Amino acid sequence: MLFRDTLSMALRGLSTHKSRSFLTILGIVIGISSITLITSIGQSAEGLILGEVQGLGAQNVFVIPGREPSGPNGFGFTILDDSLKERDLEALRKKSNVPDAARVVPFVFGPAVASYGSEAFTATVLGGTSDLVPLYNLDLSAGMMFDDYDVRERSQIAVIGKDVAKELFGSSTAIGEKIKLKDSSVRVIGVSGDKGQSPFVDFDDAIVMPYTTAQTYILGFSYIQRIAVTASSPETMDAVVKDIEATLRDTHNITDPDKDDFFVQTPTEIADTFSTITGVLTLLLSSVAGISLVVGGVGIMNIMLVSVTERTREIGLRKALGAKNNDILSQFLTEAVILTLAGGVLGISIGISLSYLASFAARTFAGIAMPFILPISGMVMGVLVSAVIGLIFGLFPARQAALKSPMEALRYE
Amino acid sequence: MAAPIIEVRGLGKEYREQDVTTVGLASVDITIKEGEFVAIVGPSGSGKSTLLQILGCLDRPTKGTYRLAGKDLTSFSDEELAQVRNEMLGFVFQAFNLMPRQSVLENVKMPLIYADIPEPARTQRAQAMVDLVGLTNRSDFAAAKLSGGQKQRVAIARALVNNPRVIFADEPTGSLDSRSGEVITRFLQDLNDQGNTIVLVTHESYVAMAAKRMVSIRDGVIESDTVIDKRRIIAEQGFEK
Repeated sequence: MLFRDTLSMALRGLSTHKSRSFLTILGIVIGISSITLITSIGQSAEGLILGEVQGLGAQNVFVIPGREPSGPNGFGFTILDDSLKERDLEALRKKSNVPDAARVVPFVFGPAVASYGSEAFTATVLGGTSDLVPLYNLDLSAGMMFDDYDVRERSQIAVIGKDVAKELFGSSTAIGEKIKLKDSSVRVIGVSGDKGQSPFVDFDDAIVMPYTTAQTYILGFSYIQRIAVTASSPETMDAVVKDIEATLRDTHNITDPDKDDFFVQTPTEIADTFSTITGVLTLLLSSVAGISLVVGGVGIMNIMLVSVTERTREIGLRKALGAKNNDILSQFLTEAVILTLAGGVLGISIGISLSYLASFAARTFAGIAMPFILPISGMVMGVLVSAVIGLIFGLFPARQAALKSPMEALRYE
Repeated sequence: MAAPIIEVRGLGKEYREQDVTTVGLASVDITIKEGEFVAIVGPSGSGKSTLLQILGCLDRPTKGTYRLAGKDLTSFSDEELAQVRNEMLGFVFQAFNLMPRQSVLENVKMPLIYADIPEPARTQRAQAMVDLVGLTNRSDFAAAKLSGGQKQRVAIARALVNNPRVIFADEPTGSLDSRSGEVITRFLQDLNDQGNTIVLVTHESYVAMAAKRMVSIRDGVIESDTVIDKRRIIAEQGFEK
């Protein structure tokens, strides 16, 4: 039998029960649309995070104290570690050690309550150097940034985020005022502008000050929590990473790389970590949605069995006129696959529409720059999966139809 | 003398359901030649329909041999039998068995689909048969919209479309009023006059008398096998008016 005939026969068979056919595929529609939605949002979220990582600058690497986390338990130890010291910073800044480093910026951070008069606000204290400005494209809406002199002298001055300024000073000017930060008094010399959220640091909520000041007066420790190193160009990244590792091993007297008490995180690594997380989440949620596909498939099988019984006489007639078992089998199998494929295509359209709405809502109402990504691979998968479901769950009913004896099928009332 | 198209020897059919065995056909020997018009008659449960179904390759005998056009069908697979039905046999049923939503033309095309006849030859051949049974101006009608007599004409057109060697008809007038029944009977006679071999089952005497040979079956065996002399209408036993 020609394929075109099989196809038109199957379509005709389905069109006689339009509403039943539609109800039958609902399970598949729901399953495929959830999977499409989940993969699409997962990819959007990944795109969002990758965008943030890109915003971090592809040329920046972070030196982090402690051992590289190799599992969920690794993270806690990383934070607590205090292996990076002032002398490491000095070593990394030496041109002879890391010739391709354009900038070396130390970081310390921690929460602290800032107060002015009767107003109080819990802010993130971020200690660094004036290089924070080029590193994060930091933009001051008023006042000025501290400089290297302030870092050396541990000046008690700070640049506060716009939300901090709003909370503490309202509409009155903050520049020149003294705020109380933990037990010290700090003078506001600048307010950061509308840069908003930078990757992993919310400057709007932050109080930026010389790291030496933060160490001495606010955080009460003398180690460094992160060192950002900017390579002179993307091509020198690998060399920079190698030089950093060699330098720090030297200052820490480490000969065995397995015993490193620091690690260097590149943007690619950060991106990989987040991709893994979103990937696992997507997979997990998709498998839950996949259960509805199985339920939908069983529904298809059920209706196909009813349909085969109802059309016993038709099957008998077709066999009497010369239809082979395989002709009947492919007719019913094609019906099942058309059903599930239609369900798949409908589900994909619904899932994509919902995903588009979600990213639109995120942009419009939550201010999150979540991109809408057309999940091409998810769409292809959805089509394939729905077709395979049709094949699997249509096979049993189609076989029942194909194996009917022509004479008994003709006699069926 | 015409060549035998159907040769059956010792044909029997038993139905086994759990421990009970029912005999459908005990043992039948019959030879039908090309161009014959045979009416199989007999009371209900005599086995006449069983015989027709086996001759039409819709069912398999449990014993005996069946040669169709010289080929021994005993060892044929389901697929081979389907091909035989498609290429050599035509069927007309009591209940017409048309696809009600499909048009007259599409119903007639159906055997050609399974014979892999491509368009436009498919439509041409089907249309020729629709014309032959006088339904040219009905060819786009849905089969369900036709009268009983017209439906059976569509079924005959469908049975003829593959140029079958034998046409089997199972109570072709059983669902028709007597006027339509006579039209269909005359139509079958015309087809036979044009050289088609026809084997039908009926329990209506006027249909049986239209044939040239009457085989009477009772309790699964052939009771009588007579050539009908048209000039002397004999009231045979074994069929009722």
